[in-house]
Amino acid sequence: MVDRQGSTVHDLSLKDKFVDLILRARDSDIWYSFTRSPTTMIAALVTAIIMLSALFAPWVAPHNPFDLATIDLMDASMPPAWMAEGDSRFLLGTDDQGRGILSTIIFGARISLGVGLASVVFALILGVGLGLLSGYVGGTTDAVIMRIADIQLSFPAILLALLVDGVARGLLPRDTHDELAIYVLVFSIGISGWVQYARTVRGSTLVEKNKEYVQAARVIGRPAVLIMLRHVLPNVMGPVLVIATIHLALAIITEATLSFLGVGVSPTEPSLGTLINVGQDYLFSGEWWITVFPGAVLAILVLAVNLLGDWLRDALNPRLR
Amino acid sequence: MNNGTNTEAPLLSVDGLVRYFDVSAPLLNRLIERLDRSFVKAVDGISFDIGRGETFSLVGESGCGKSTVARLIVGLYQPTAGSIEYEGVEIGPRSAAADRKRMQPHMQMIFQDPYASLNPRWRVVDIIAEPIRVRRLLSNKHEILARVGELLSQVGLSPADGERYPHEFSGGQRQRISIARALAGEPEFLVCDEPTSALDVSVQAQILNLMKELQDRLGLTYLFISHDLAVVYHVSTKVGVMYLGRLVEWAETQTLFENPRHPYTRMLLDAIPDLEMSGRQRIPVAGEVPSPINPPSGCAFHPRCPHAEDRCRAEAPLAQNYDGVYVACHGVAEGRIT
Repeated sequence: MVDRQGSTVHDLSLKDKFVDLILRARDSDIWYSFTRSPTTMIAALVTAIIMLSALFAPWVAPHNPFDLATIDLMDASMPPAWMAEGDSRFLLGTDDQGRGILSTIIFGARISLGVGLASVVFALILGVGLGLLSGYVGGTTDAVIMRIADIQLSFPAILLALLVDGVARGLLPRDTHDELAIYVLVFSIGISGWVQYARTVRGSTLVEKNKEYVQAARVIGRPAVLIMLRHVLPNVMGPVLVIATIHLALAIITEATLSFLGVGVSPTEPSLGTLINVGQDYLFSGEWWITVFPGAVLAILVLAVNLLGDWLRDALNPRLR
Repeated sequence: MNNGTNTEAPLLSVDGLVRYFDVSAPLLNRLIERLDRSFVKAVDGISFDIGRGETFSLVGESGCGKSTVARLIVGLYQPTAGSIEYEGVEIGPRSAAADRKRMQPHMQMIFQDPYASLNPRWRVVDIIAEPIRVRRLLSNKHEILARVGELLSQVGLSPADGERYPHEFSGGQRQRISIARALAGEPEFLVCDEPTSALDVSVQAQILNLMKELQDRLGLTYLFISHDLAVVYHVSTKVGVMYLGRLVEWAETQTLFENPRHPYTRMLLDAIPDLEMSGRQRIPVAGEVPSPINPPSGCAFHPRCPHAEDRCRAEAPLAQNYDGVYVACHGVAEGRIT
């Protein structure tokens, strides 16, 4: 890979850097603890399957539930394939409009995961940025940011999301709102989650900024912004990854809750939460599969992501090693 | 302040340097509990000169403000009062930002803890190249790599070590990397804050010899902070003894070690283990360092001093020159202590 006996310092090419990264990852404690935990491996597998099928939904799903040309009302309300009136074309049955449940779940997971990931990324960037600033600069900046965080923390996430959605509905015309529903959702879930990142990063930054390598960078004359980004940030990201994983599960649940309450994505592009909401109307007429299968997928997805988060937390915690 | 033997203008000149740290309770507590503001007088009026090519050591017990002086000089802390002149240019609190920016690259710092002073996520080559990149000494990637290789060889490491991470090295090797990083910025003046106190004795000697060799080769000037008198005797040309934020005595190394004048200096030197078993009479180091928040009146050393008199308790002594030896002590001034 690289010449260790050489007499000059080598600059690694991009490919070498990649190989180096893979080799280091394979030797790392994290990979070791991953291979020692069957639960985690199963959780990772389940998450990967759901994520990949959501990502490649148009190729994975047996039907496109949103293509009106392929939907036939004659197929409506069929039970799962293994039951007496089932049809082999629809493994998990169909809903009242003849859409295959399996296909709607795959497309729905796409929305759920997309909204979940986007709001985690949004909260992460906002929270990490503010936390870093707060911890490194200190003083009044720190006090202002942390008081805002305290105030925000006294509102439950769902309430905040409902509030943002309500304001957006009031401000935007109905058509625009339906178009922008996903973005409003991402914003409201993201805004309710940044505090945790900010607090964690602020705490770690307070520790890191007094370490001598940060002072060395100051003596060298690096501007504060670059010290924050290049020196402090990489050293405070460990706990952030753990929070992000657990937050992803929470964000998916919050999205499902909001969609279930009818303030989430529009029913024309249903997420898992919308599907559960729509399906529960048919629960008492015996068509249980419309709501049970999306619910089961949601539960499995959230459980798997949570298990991954728990493992990551333990693997990165030096006290538990 | 010139000691007579050195007629050249000093490289670094510190005059009346003061740094207080605010340790007051929060405003609300102060209002309700009627507390006063309180300050730690970490550095309380220090003056000294360092000539080009010299090694000036600051010694003293833990908490006497040695490290604070180091941090004030490199600009990690802002002084509360006083002045710092580098090559005759003011870089202290009253300086112009441009002067500070112009002079700061001439000085670099080596830190105490080699385990905390290198960013664990950076490769050694990036750590050492940082000052070169920040100061834009070289812009070509290959030139930078070649320079880093050269620096690594200079401090006794292999250029191939550059692509490893800090955790792959021992304490002594890390301190070598630290030194290489400091040298990368091409400084004239190095502030070394206890660079060997975290190392094994055998490794200490290696690092000290390396620093001495680099000083001879590159004409560096050192400000050396330490509590280890054996190390100080080995490396310095001049020594300053600090007690509770003040310099109590400073002189040429030989003079100070052979003929210590201040009672505190004598106490410190007596604390060096006597391997020759000469059986000489020693005054043990007695008592604790008083709190710098509320230092004793008069001479700060009087509660521990065997020669203390009423004047010592009332009046703070000023440093006086006795043939190039500066001593701040009433007893020495009055001829009571010889």
